[in-house]
Amino acid sequence: MHFEDYEVIIGLEVHAELATKTKAFCGCSTEFGSDVNTQCCPICTAMPGSLPVLNKKVVEYAIKTGLATSCEITRYGKQDRKNYYYPDLPKAYQISQFDMPLCVGGYVDINKDDGKKRIGITRIHIEEDAGKLLHDVIPGKSLVDLNRCGVPLIEIVSEPDLRSSEEAKLYLEELKSILECLEVSDCKMQEGSLRCDVNVSVRPKGQTTFNTRTEMKNLSSFSAAVRAIDFEAKRQIEATKAGEKIIQETRRWDDAKGENYAMRSKEEAQDYRYFPDPDLVPIVVSEEQIEEIRKTIPELPSAKRERFVATYGITDYEAGLISQSKPMATYFEKCVDLKETPKTVANWLLGDISKTLNEKNLEPSDISVSPEDLVALIALIDKGTISNTAGKKVLSIMFETGKTPDVIVKEEGLEQVNDGDALKAIVEEIIQNNPKSVEDYKNGKTNVIGFLVGQTMRASKGKANPQMLSPMIKEILDNM
Amino acid sequence: MELYKLTAHAAMDLLNKKEVSSTELTKAVISRIESVENQVDAYLTNTFESALETAKNVDAKLASGKTLLPLEGVPMAIKDNICTNGIRTTCASKMLENFVPPYDAFVAKKVKAIGAPMLGKLNMDEFAMGSSTENSYFKKTKNPFNLNCVPGGSSGGSAAAVGADMAMYTLGSDTGGSIRQPASFCGVVGLKPTYGRVSRFGLVAFASSLDQIGPLTKDVEDAALVMNLICGHDEMDSTSVNLPAEDFTKALSTDVKGMKIGIPNEYMGEGISAEVKEAILNAAKLYEQMGATVEYFDMPSLSSALPAYYIISSAEASSNLARYDGVKYGYRTENYSDLMEMYKNTRSEGFGNEVKRRIMLGTYALSSGYYDAYYKKAQQVRTIVRGGFENAFKKYDFVLSPTAPVTAFKLGEKTADPMEMYLADICTVSINIAGLPAISLPCGIGKDNLPIGMQLIGNSFDEKTILHAAYAYEKNAGLELKPQI
Repeated sequence: MHFEDYEVIIGLEVHAELATKTKAFCGCSTEFGSDVNTQCCPICTAMPGSLPVLNKKVVEYAIKTGLATSCEITRYGKQDRKNYYYPDLPKAYQISQFDMPLCVGGYVDINKDDGKKRIGITRIHIEEDAGKLLHDVIPGKSLVDLNRCGVPLIEIVSEPDLRSSEEAKLYLEELKSILECLEVSDCKMQEGSLRCDVNVSVRPKGQTTFNTRTEMKNLSSFSAAVRAIDFEAKRQIEATKAGEKIIQETRRWDDAKGENYAMRSKEEAQDYRYFPDPDLVPIVVSEEQIEEIRKTIPELPSAKRERFVATYGITDYEAGLISQSKPMATYFEKCVDLKETPKTVANWLLGDISKTLNEKNLEPSDISVSPEDLVALIALIDKGTISNTAGKKVLSIMFETGKTPDVIVKEEGLEQVNDGDALKAIVEEIIQNNPKSVEDYKNGKTNVIGFLVGQTMRASKGKANPQMLSPMIKEILDNM
Repeated sequence: MELYKLTAHAAMDLLNKKEVSSTELTKAVISRIESVENQVDAYLTNTFESALETAKNVDAKLASGKTLLPLEGVPMAIKDNICTNGIRTTCASKMLENFVPPYDAFVAKKVKAIGAPMLGKLNMDEFAMGSSTENSYFKKTKNPFNLNCVPGGSSGGSAAAVGADMAMYTLGSDTGGSIRQPASFCGVVGLKPTYGRVSRFGLVAFASSLDQIGPLTKDVEDAALVMNLICGHDEMDSTSVNLPAEDFTKALSTDVKGMKIGIPNEYMGEGISAEVKEAILNAAKLYEQMGATVEYFDMPSLSSALPAYYIISSAEASSNLARYDGVKYGYRTENYSDLMEMYKNTRSEGFGNEVKRRIMLGTYALSSGYYDAYYKKAQQVRTIVRGGFENAFKKYDFVLSPTAPVTAFKLGEKTADPMEMYLADICTVSINIAGLPAISLPCGIGKDNLPIGMQLIGNSFDEKTILHAAYAYEKNAGLELKPQI
């Protein structure tokens, strides 16, 4: 049997930190990046006698996500304690939801090259994050930072509907864009606000039952998830082909090494001794509350994508990329509102701007160039004040300095030379210095014009208007 | 009469009439503590200086012509599982021997806000687990009526302090009888409010769904006054109910004509000593003479309440006490080479035997494969017990029973057999299981000068009826209790 004879079954558990201002059960700030242990209180550090009080926003955000993914919303939820010992968990239990999650039975559609595919959502529940251990700040010791402890999370569990790492990636991207669009999570992966666990199993194509699965926890980027899935699928197929048995276990993915290894088997799995948290009261959700939350759901990325194609005439591919990120989509529409051609804006967004974001490892929300300035830049190119090449340079300076395009053009002296006499002087000098080209032209090799245009552009440091050069060079050569 | 013997309301009257100052009252109680503490061992921490400071401020207020708030200037003390800002709160455990909370419990804030001189923190069974206060890591409190006997538990220090006039009133906590049973043993009044009536914020959790803070006082009127002080909604406790404030003193009437009283047969049968039974029957007779009617009824679910209680309370405790792991505060072992060893040794060395026993029991009850048979079953029993009481309250205004099956037992008498000790709570745990209010008050004196207590159980949030009936009994019975010291 070959690899192609096997099918990969993937289920994902996505943990998203909610963008609430305060923690799930106390009034501490959730802001990322503060000094260690400055955002904690007797409650989130589990001092004796302290009690949790649920932040209402947490329920609201979870329900909002549930509604946006077509889940059924429970009218009566409860919270449970998941008991385990670890130094980053001060209460020695995590408040989570065991058997009565807030949302069940929804779905997300992903856009594959060969069409849409529906991925089931099993459940969405609320829980709290743990703190963070800092190893070897003092050599040989571990310290704990409890700033993140008690930050609210939702866990979104998918059905085992995904069949490739590519589908998993599309699902994660779609989910991320929905969460961003709802503004329930900032989804900053580098800050750990979006993490996922993957469950993988393989089976011969045609088989309808599932085989034993393994789990890999806490993958911190989509690409790491893709690599982890590919590695694990290959490992399982090879093992199956070699006649080995796959055992249910948790495996640790080492992204740097690009491999995983067994962490603990099902037999060693912890008994979390879940039971209803007696410090908290049932979460009662009314119809009115659900309707109120439903009203706050903005246009979702999938709807936006269709509207962008229909309204702005950009391609489905472009619309898909732009609508996936709410900041990007908002940016796009702001530019279009400023009367810029949608196609041109899309080109800049998906071209140089996306490239810059990637290079600098930034998110679309970090675009430091205002829509007004981008539109002004495009106008300078359209008017012929600067060349397209110079435009790219201006954009990168705009990213760096935040200056407006006309200031940069002036400071850098990037105005296009449109003055015929000035250009003629440069061209004549170039032609004089390239007698070989003149000879070639006379012998019928007209492509030397391109070479001479290039030489002129270089000599003018990119400022010459390339459109004016070709006819000018041809005219001079013809008259020689 | 010595000032330290005053009830809180009598002290209030004298203060308001300016016949005595808060400083005089506080000094009188402090010198009482100084003279008998070595016999009673009620206090774990003294805060005499700050109590006198508070008293001084109250006197200044009084001198400036302002009227005092109820209980303002009346010296009191608090059980050591209720957090007090800047004052050591140990839960009578080695684990928290040096723990100083940076916050006040809701009730501690209330007490502070009215200017009550707080004399110190009171002994208890470790983490409130026990019925004799013998499980304290620090000391064994003695019964002021008979120093060879236990004061009951877990609020043994709170009860003994009131019984020995070492505080005008105290606060305790009750998870399965921990206010009422020691109140009964020490001849004082103890009230466990309806679950949700008093905020649990700052009460170090034993069993979150059962714990309630309540008063231990010298008489019923004081209990009503302290209830006025400590009740109320608290946003910091999700289980705190939001009800309008009540004045419980308004319920204090001696007229019980037409009241219907039910006595469950289950609490008058096997295991209840003859003298206790007789005292309850006499109390019932007195109620009848006062115009109430008394009926006996069956409530078979009560027999399942004790096992259900020990499953639920231990399960919750196993989770609540998991935080004492040596990482953040409290005791940490010195002997460890890795994390697991630190956890094990910290908890093995920091907790006493009874606490460890309950943690193991609770952990077992919640374990996968046993959850349904134990925890879930216990929760079902809970529903049935609650239903049994609901039915009873359709017929009766309140339910009467002994508080404890026996009077105070000798120190060391029951420490060898945990089951024997657990039976001391047989009449009280069902009330916590059902979340109801109940008050214990003296109703007789048994052999060896030991007080007998009776328990009046009320319907949910109907503390007024039991305060009313208790007050009427107290006024009519005219019981004279004489502590040994």
